[in-house]
Amino acid sequence: MTQEHTSTIHGEHEETSTGLNHRKMLMWAFLGSDCMFFGTLIATYLVYKGKSLAGPMPVDVFDIPVTSVSTFVLLMSSMSMVLAYAALTRGSMKGFRIWMASTAIMGATFVGFQVYEFSSFANHHVHVDCVHPHEMTELEQTVFDEDCEKAIAEGKDYVDKKIGLKPQTNLFGTTFYTLTGFHGAHVTLGIIWLLSLLLLSFKKGVITPQKDLDVDLAALYWHFVDIVWIVIFTVVYLFGVFPGF
Amino acid sequence: MSHESTTETVHTGHPTAGVYFKIAIILCVLTAIEVGIFYLEDIGHWMIPILTVLSLGKFALVVMYYMHLKFDNKLFTIMFIAGLVLAAAVVSALLFLFSAW
Repeated sequence: MTQEHTSTIHGEHEETSTGLNHRKMLMWAFLGSDCMFFGTLIATYLVYKGKSLAGPMPVDVFDIPVTSVSTFVLLMSSMSMVLAYAALTRGSMKGFRIWMASTAIMGATFVGFQVYEFSSFANHHVHVDCVHPHEMTELEQTVFDEDCEKAIAEGKDYVDKKIGLKPQTNLFGTTFYTLTGFHGAHVTLGIIWLLSLLLLSFKKGVITPQKDLDVDLAALYWHFVDIVWIVIFTVVYLFGVFPGF
Repeated sequence: MSHESTTETVHTGHPTAGVYFKIAIILCVLTAIEVGIFYLEDIGHWMIPILTVLSLGKFALVVMYYMHLKFDNKLFTIMFIAGLVLAAAVVSALLFLFSAW
């Protein structure tokens, strides 16, 4: 079954020693190497986790509900992508274009969430109640110790201090922005790729049910950025806030 | 392609849209469980292995069904798994060398 699929489905049959399409083979080799690329970035994040000398730390800035929504959007974009490919192989160009457009829109939404997240991290404010302090994080405790006495002397019962997370702020900022930034760049490149294919589909004979390899390769890339995010969401975000990790 | 699988797959050897929808629902449910577990305080140190298993499950579903590795030539699987294993080895070695475990 597998031989049948790989040698006939794309309509771009070529004689190769493996009987497999070279471009598809190259894409899988690239994805394997990209696994190592992201593996090193994730490992670096984990090695330096908890080694920052000053805040903000993950527990101060991460907003799990917001990131969960962006994760949901990226997962749905993967489904949309696979439906675009399925529509193309069925011969439905209209369906292909609709699902491709929705995939690109959801990808752009994910990048939008990331921009919002980066922006809110960079402009993070620590709010501490100096009179009735609740359970505080390490960063809030530092602000409480350093600034509350002065605030109370000035007649204020709280401190609101901007302590943003930037790549140069601490090791967490450096490793976090490098990892998620590279992922965001992958997604952005994917969106450009998808939109290019969408535009090319209006040109006669470029993308057809018989010539679907370009879409298949773009889909593989798109799903790859999705599985990388599945790992990042769990390891960086969920484990990041968990005190026992 | 086997005759038994014709109701689940189309002529290309790939699953049908219905299967893709089912996978999407499973992925959403697994993500919701992940986030739900994250807010359970009683679960303690079980959280790490549970979240790891759920994450691996989602990873495998996307790779097998959306990326069609389950239906494609085994050589593609070998190429991808080789990279994945090397990546896992690099992560493990770095964590071990820097005593992050």
